[in-house]
Amino acid sequence: MSLEFILFIVFAAICAVSSVLMITRSNPIISALFLILNFAALSGLYLLLHAQFIAVAQVIVYAGAIMVLFLFVIMLLRPEKEKLLAINPRLKILAYVVAFIVFVQLVYIIFMSSTTDSGSMDASIKAGTIETIGMELFSKYILPVEAAGFLLLAATIGALVLAKKKFE
Amino acid sequence: MSVLEIIVFTVVKIVLILTVMLLMVSYLVYFERRVSAWVQNRLGPNRVGWEGVLQPFADVFKLLLKEDIVPVKANQFIHTLAPVIALFVAFATYAVIPIASPLKIFGYEIPLVVADVNIGVLYVLALTSVGVYAITLAGWSSGSKYSLFGGIRSSAQMISYEISMGFSVAGVLLFAESLRPIAIVQSQGSWMWNAWIQPIGFITFVVSAFAETNRLPFDLPEAEPELVGGYHTEYSSMKFAAFFLAEYANMIIAAGMIVTLYLGGYNLPFFNIESLGLANWLTVIIQIGSFFIKMGVLLFFFLWIRWSLPRFRYDQLMSIGWKVMFPLSLINLIWVAVLIMVFNL
Repeated sequence: MSLEFILFIVFAAICAVSSVLMITRSNPIISALFLILNFAALSGLYLLLHAQFIAVAQVIVYAGAIMVLFLFVIMLLRPEKEKLLAINPRLKILAYVVAFIVFVQLVYIIFMSSTTDSGSMDASIKAGTIETIGMELFSKYILPVEAAGFLLLAATIGALVLAKKKFE
Repeated sequence: MSVLEIIVFTVVKIVLILTVMLLMVSYLVYFERRVSAWVQNRLGPNRVGWEGVLQPFADVFKLLLKEDIVPVKANQFIHTLAPVIALFVAFATYAVIPIASPLKIFGYEIPLVVADVNIGVLYVLALTSVGVYAITLAGWSSGSKYSLFGGIRSSAQMISYEISMGFSVAGVLLFAESLRPIAIVQSQGSWMWNAWIQPIGFITFVVSAFAETNRLPFDLPEAEPELVGGYHTEYSSMKFAAFFLAEYANMIIAAGMIVTLYLGGYNLPFFNIESLGLANWLTVIIQIGSFFIKMGVLLFFFLWIRWSLPRFRYDQLMSIGWKVMFPLSLINLIWVAVLIMVFNL
């Protein structure tokens, strides 16, 4: 067993266990913490795939920014004081169906994807490094990047306008 | 080097860095108390050992022997987890800061940094953003209003200043064309420090570093007059000490990052040590000395500021972050880009 394999097993196990714990905890703060743990383990998996930039971006964006926002909202809304929603049995059946469909999709993708394509291994190893991503983003995909930036700017201005009205 | 050798060297380096960091942190606390005494024309701790040099150990023993109290309303698990996160983040960040050029010994060439990763700077930013959790969770889990206020203030503050910090770093990265701290140090040579080339970025980075480490004039999270003790109001014994140590460890890291990114890292100022042709070990020792002296000066600056300036009001803090520091760091980025375009640096 190589070191990489052992690390993969460890990270994958943390990922799986934390995601199960995340959806089964009743305290939303604990759920959010398990989601953060899940993100951390996921970024470990990215590191094993030599995608250092994606790994760090995962931590900075998801664990560092988005989840902090989540935690804030949960803390300020104080959900422990709210009544728990009575679970509708029909919704439960729907949830099982959706979960099953997603599971089948994942299994299909895993078994149908070609794993024998070793010729592009070098290219795929470099795909997650910051140099490759930077070059691709600012040459080939410059238009989508700029468009996304513009959309985000518009959203920020929208948020400002919404927030400002309250003070008047 | 074989895998086993790499693991052995890394473990040795981790142990060394941890020991040095812990010693530095405890003596930084002592240093702070002496400097504050000097600023206020007092004596400061001078009883334990010669001139009080054993004071840090006395403090640690005192804290260890105190009773560990967890409030009834607190969430026990998260209350314990928060200081652990704080310490982990503080000590893990140090892994990517280089303290000298590679040491050649017994036929090996050992880089004097625990992990020479090509995303080093981003690694530091990522860990800083995780550090927010320690404070937020500590504030929330204590089940006290003061703690919660402290935690929320501090998260908002850290998230706001992370942005101007990131943009200031972007200027450095443009010059170095790399995210590896060692490459950034080498790109500055002995005198072309980033602090000279991009002074605005230097200032915004230093100010953001003050805010990120929750130091005065930005220590709103633990503003004593309004919040008792801020996010660690309900902490006692070693858990309190963990937050205390983490704060000082963060200061050391901030100083180390400023030295690496803006002040030429371990190189001697205005003088190329490698041109002397000294033995490798001598060069390394001089470089380590130069790194720690630069860091020491910066740390003194941190303390000096703390005991000279009053605290900002919270709205002032936010407007400085968003309306002054953020635009300034953007201007710095444009300035660096123009410099590179015009002079082909």
